[in-house]
Amino acid sequence: MNKLRTGAFHTGMILLSLLWLGPVLWVVVMSTRSFDDIAAHGVGSLPRSFTLDTYRQAWTDGGELRALINSMVVTVPSVVLSLGLAAMAAFALSRFRIPGRRTILLLMLAGNLLPPQILLIPVAKFSELTGLYDTLWALIAVQVGFGLGFYTFVLHGFMRDLPGEIQEAATIDGAGTAQIFTRVMLPLTRPALAALGALSFTWIFNDLLWAITVLRTDDNMPVTPALLGLQGQFVSSWNVIAAGTVIAAVPTVAVFLRFQRHFVSGLALGAVK
Amino acid sequence: MTATISTTSVTPVRRRRRSARLSPLLVAFVLVPFAVESVWVFWPALQGFWFSLTRWDGMSSPAFVGTDNYVELAGDATFRGALVNTVIWLVLFGGLSVLGGFGMALVLQKERRGVGFYRAALFTPVVFSLVVTALVWRVFYQPDGIADTLLRAVGLESLIRPWLADPQTALYAVILPALWRQIGYVMVLFLAGLKAIDPALHEAARMDGANSWQRLRHVTIPQLKGVNAVVLSVIVIDSLRSFDIVWSLTKGGPYHSSELLSTYMYSTAFQSLRLGYASAIAVVIFVLALAVILGYLVRAFREEA
Repeated sequence: MNKLRTGAFHTGMILLSLLWLGPVLWVVVMSTRSFDDIAAHGVGSLPRSFTLDTYRQAWTDGGELRALINSMVVTVPSVVLSLGLAAMAAFALSRFRIPGRRTILLLMLAGNLLPPQILLIPVAKFSELTGLYDTLWALIAVQVGFGLGFYTFVLHGFMRDLPGEIQEAATIDGAGTAQIFTRVMLPLTRPALAALGALSFTWIFNDLLWAITVLRTDDNMPVTPALLGLQGQFVSSWNVIAAGTVIAAVPTVAVFLRFQRHFVSGLALGAVK
Repeated sequence: MTATISTTSVTPVRRRRRSARLSPLLVAFVLVPFAVESVWVFWPALQGFWFSLTRWDGMSSPAFVGTDNYVELAGDATFRGALVNTVIWLVLFGGLSVLGGFGMALVLQKERRGVGFYRAALFTPVVFSLVVTALVWRVFYQPDGIADTLLRAVGLESLIRPWLADPQTALYAVILPALWRQIGYVMVLFLAGLKAIDPALHEAARMDGANSWQRLRHVTIPQLKGVNAVVLSVIVIDSLRSFDIVWSLTKGGPYHSSELLSTYMYSTAFQSLRLGYASAIAVVIFVLALAVILGYLVRAFREEA
């Protein structure tokens, strides 16, 4: 009976896993098929050819290389800046008796909970006004501004729970506020920073809405919106589109695999509290 | 040191608090991030409300029209369709991802052989962007794609249709990929919550003769109250924000059949260039999210207290 149940469990779960991984594998396989093969047998058929030229096409003709560079130019500074600023605010708000600190914290969190739609038009207009429209600066700025509230809230919860003695000891040893922040608090906050870093990397890298709101020129698009453009450019070349899709997915998958533990604990951060 | 340190002991802190003067550095630590968020979030949000009371094409300056935009919304059939679709989205996408995610978390909570792999499999799509997800599923829905091939294999050719181009099926054909990606995410949230439940509670219930259904009903679910609140907020906010997957698959078409408030707002703003009217739609989205946002903040507030 027990064996039967174990068997049923594994059979069910393997089928389910296949449902989840199957479509992904299908796209990976499709990215290595030739155009003629797909044209003759359809996207639903098994592969009868193998080529990697699709990746060259997506990479150079499709502009994925440029898009990936744009994505990195936006994502890396956005993650560093927003986590840095959030850590500063969280440190001050959690470790010192700043008047109105709770209101400030909740206001910042509330900003992140807003539906972005209410911000789209004003942000687009503001970036036009400041001359940032259609530059990657605008995208970095809005990613930092919009993400800050949530990161501050999470880091605040983490820093608040650190023992006060460490800070007192550092103060007695003559450390100033800046030193306490950089030498004591930041190292202690590393697990939370790693978790948020992995999460925010994927969020910013995967973003579509902000990018198509503050950017217009194709050459400036990060890889997520560029993937939609690729679809227009290679309308029926499903193999090239599949290759582009794989290229666009690799960086976040890499970050996930490298920081797997942090990533999952980051997602869970809010849930257990 | 001019700033006081908050410690758990109450009396000395209170005494020090009166004489507290904040160092300029600490003030900057709070004000700089706050200013950044003000410029890119708070101020634009206020402007958004103001724009919803104007007629504006983005070129000339906005003209105040009072509540005209809202009156027009009330009679706009496309808006009403988008509102209904958003509710359907909320119920199907939200409800099924909670059920699916919770179910999967229950099935996969016990460490045993293979569980790590199954969890990873369900979680994989979470790291993909919704645009990547959309393209993966486009292959599935393509004429002669996987869906059609599978249906043919089991002799149900008659059901085959252009899934994304048929107004009858477009919305549901978009919800499916969104669910596929969300279930793993919700599962991880519930797994974290289940892990935090004291096993002694289950043990005690079992001693008292509770069967597995009773233990689920009277131990697990009440213990997950905190997680449930978070998941609910996340789901409602995510549903109202959903944009990428619809935009990548159908752009709200055909004939607005898969239009959500978020996509209607975007196309009204940046394609029809009716910025005032689009702002009014955005305000409606905000009002729908408001209850959940407030609930979330109240919870956060209590935690900080």
